Amino acid sequence: MSRAGENEIDQHVLEVRFFLILLLIALLSLVLFVRVAYLQIAQHDRFELLSQENHIDRVPLEPVRGLILDRNEEVLAHNVRVFNLEIQPDRIPDLDRSLQELSHLVELVPADIEALKAILKFRPSFERQTLKTSLTDEQVAIFSVNQHRFPGVELKVNLQRDYPYGDLAAHIVGYVGRISVDDREQVNERGEYNGISHIGKTGIESQYEKTLKGEPGHSQVEMNAHGRIVRHLRQELPNSGQTLHLSLDIMLQKEAMAALDGYEGAVVAIDPGTGEVLALASAPGYDPNLFVNGISQSQYSLLNDSEQKPLFNRSIYGQYAPGSTIKGFISLVGLDHGFEHDRKVYCPGWYSLPNSNRRYRCWKRTGHGLVDGHSAIERSCDVYYYNLATRLGIDRLQEGLMRFGFGQKTGIDLPSERSGLMPGMEWKRTARNRPWFPGDTVNAGIGQGYMLMTPVQLASVTAILANRGVAIAPHLLKMTENPITQQPESSVVTEQEQVELKEDKFYDEVIESMRRVVHGENGTARGIRTDMQYEMAGKTGTAQVVGIPQGQSYDEDDTPKQYRDHSLFVGFAPLDDPKIAISVVIEHGGSGSKVAAPIARRLIDYYLLERLNLFASDVDVTTINEA
Amino acid sequence: MDSEQKSIFSTLDYPLLSGILLVCSLGLIILYSASGENADLLIKHSGRIVIALIAMYVVSQISISTLSTMSLFLYLIGILLLILVLAFGIVGKGAQRWIDLGILRFQPSEIMKITVPMMAAWIMTSHSMVPRGVKIFLAVLSIAVPCTLVILQPDLGTAILIAVSGSIVIFMAGISWKIILAVGAVGAVSAPLVWNTVLYDYQKERILTLLDPWSDPLGAGYHAVQSMIAIGSGGVGGKGWLSGTQSQLEFIPERSTDFIFSVMSEEFGLGGFILLMLLYLLLVVRGFWIGICVEDTYSKLLAGGFSFTFFTYVFVNIGMVSGILPVVGIPLPFISYGGTSIVTLMIGFGILMSISQRIKSH
Repeated sequence: MSRAGENEIDQHVLEVRFFLILLLIALLSLVLFVRVAYLQIAQHDRFELLSQENHIDRVPLEPVRGLILDRNEEVLAHNVRVFNLEIQPDRIPDLDRSLQELSHLVELVPADIEALKAILKFRPSFERQTLKTSLTDEQVAIFSVNQHRFPGVELKVNLQRDYPYGDLAAHIVGYVGRISVDDREQVNERGEYNGISHIGKTGIESQYEKTLKGEPGHSQVEMNAHGRIVRHLRQELPNSGQTLHLSLDIMLQKEAMAALDGYEGAVVAIDPGTGEVLALASAPGYDPNLFVNGISQSQYSLLNDSEQKPLFNRSIYGQYAPGSTIKGFISLVGLDHGFEHDRKVYCPGWYSLPNSNRRYRCWKRTGHGLVDGHSAIERSCDVYYYNLATRLGIDRLQEGLMRFGFGQKTGIDLPSERSGLMPGMEWKRTARNRPWFPGDTVNAGIGQGYMLMTPVQLASVTAILANRGVAIAPHLLKMTENPITQQPESSVVTEQEQVELKEDKFYDEVIESMRRVVHGENGTARGIRTDMQYEMAGKTGTAQVVGIPQGQSYDEDDTPKQYRDHSLFVGFAPLDDPKIAISVVIEHGGSGSKVAAPIARRLIDYYLLERLNLFASDVDVTTINEA
Repeated sequence: MDSEQKSIFSTLDYPLLSGILLVCSLGLIILYSASGENADLLIKHSGRIVIALIAMYVVSQISISTLSTMSLFLYLIGILLLILVLAFGIVGKGAQRWIDLGILRFQPSEIMKITVPMMAAWIMTSHSMVPRGVKIFLAVLSIAVPCTLVILQPDLGTAILIAVSGSIVIFMAGISWKIILAVGAVGAVSAPLVWNTVLYDYQKERILTLLDPWSDPLGAGYHAVQSMIAIGSGGVGGKGWLSGTQSQLEFIPERSTDFIFSVMSEEFGLGGFILLMLLYLLLVVRGFWIGICVEDTYSKLLAGGFSFTFFTYVFVNIGMVSGILPVVGIPLPFISYGGTSIVTLMIGFGILMSISQRIKSH
């Protein structure tokens, strides 16, 4: 070939190369075919499943939380419709400007805006976020008029827990709050809390969380790649939580809170026949509605740092020296061990142990003279009980009182009840690492020293006395009810126990003594019997908060409030057919007969006369005449 | 030949035209579904097809000898435009690819897919006394320059297509196997260097992702994984038109453009793939048939070069969408929405038709 020929393209080579390229194309086409066929035939099932998982999702549906009602079906906790302002950030052209303008219309605070912006940093922008909760009617109206200016901002109706009686029953009903890190153990149960944002934090709301919560339903939805719901495929509706019927009488509770107004203290009222708690008041109260959507730091500090401790449920957490209120029970223990009620003891105004100079004073410095069991209770003679306790000894005293529930939780259906303290030798050795001294027994005889009781314990032991030994654990729940069928789901079955004494008449004797406290000539609570339409039994107590040094006296008016005595009263009525057993504790209230006893009278009156309409034959005539 | 009887459409190659129209029709059906039943988009796409068909017709009217003599001129204009893009171009999706001509935004790198093989074929077939080795060197240079400019934009997909379109011409021109092997060896040796200097991190990531897309199915592997799910879940028969969950619920990214094949595979299954592939192969084989039949060497090189480039589009697109090639931005010819690629492709087919005229006229 010539050089020029070499420079030309060889047609034969070109044809071969054409052929090679076509071969390559055939080969590559085959590769594509094999690949696509591999995906679509061999791997089809796997990818089919993956594509299903991609776009089918379950969206939880929140159940309606159960109602809480009092014994007369008054609503204590329910769910109200509130208007919340929700935003969908990806539909808002200029978020900052919209927020700026909105804050003028509906009073957004900078903290709300900051909180929202923090959330937006890690949540997808198509997800709705709550900007402001519980708009007022006025704000709803203003926003509705201006809605067109705010694309992507919407009013949404939500159900929100509401406590119509506010601070009256806060310590019983408790409150719900947003589920937080602290709740994770409870919430971790698989699917139980899907779609549920709130959980019972305290009180009945916490105690019966499982019953109130309901079961979430779910909606099977088709979602696109951005997580937006395209359509609903199938729905399983949620089951509402059950309605709780409580034994509480909110009107009596209201009266109790009114009676406690201005004090720090507690009142517990129990129906002795059933163990049903009628009132469980702790003053001061607080508004549980503040906690539902998260309480602000400043509001919380206000409540938490207050010296009056409104968040503290005194009725079940407050532990107080019971003072003289337990004298009747010591007499019961004494009677059971053969120390007869009519045996007389001389009270010179003080008591001292053999071989000791220390004098244990009677509250009445001049002494009561000769007293038997009846008058010791009626007049609250301390010396009689110093004597009785010493002769019984701490072991028998402790064992006897514990049979009534001293030092043990009553089992009331509220979280974290405290057990009080019934001291004994063993306890002092382990807890205080010191031996039990005879003087400790003397103090225990008048409910002082180490002994501690909660108001609910005081009411509970009083109910046992009223029942002549039948012990029923106090409880708030009467029954639960299906909200749809309105059929009872379960009723509370109460277990009864008999506190057996050698003779049943011992109860009658002590009850008679306690009747005299109110109705007797020298009764410490005789001041409250004026115009009383029924008979009752009771016992005052004035519990020392600080020890008074030997040789000094206590003058209430000269003592700073935090060192003043606690004022206590326990009692039940009517005497022959007890309907209410009550305990009243007023912190630093001073004398039991002057402060606690009148409160008890007021509440027993209110319950028996106004609520149960007992002894009310004349009242009706007047009402009819007025009509 | 009686010019009076010659219809104005006689320049058209009917087998090619019918293949193109069939693919375009199938494309419109798929695009309607892939766009989320967006009629506006469909109208725009149809508009582009019409413009492209007109371009094809116009180009088919130009004789191949005229085109041959214009090779250098067109090539130089293309290079100039590429430089202009780098200097003044519009940044889209992180890369400078466009020139805005007011009414139409124009991607000069597309033109290079036509002008580079023309230039290479022109150099290889020129009758000058320049030694063959120099010709090959010049041809390689004519490919390397635009490729470099396009990589700088950066647009790796287009650069690959330009390189393929030019290289295949040199290959057909009979470059000896020794040189091919030598180039292959140099390529293999310099691959690590290319990896470290030329490729951007996102491009490296795409290549690594290809090896194991499931290692990061929500991140780097998302495109590949969702696309494979779409294809695989389509099965043999497909989920039916407008019924692909991966497509309709927007799990497939770029579903109306680069990843439109996943939409088709999900909704029409393996059957759809086979039909589409047969139509593409019809066009490719017809292109090669024209190249075989034509006498003129320049025409042969151009016909073979363009047909193979067209196939490369198809192979790379389906390959990346089905997870055997890294994700590079190469559309599925005539079916993917947007871009200037449809016009370029039609111009290419216009040239093929012009070449096929030459067979008829003999």
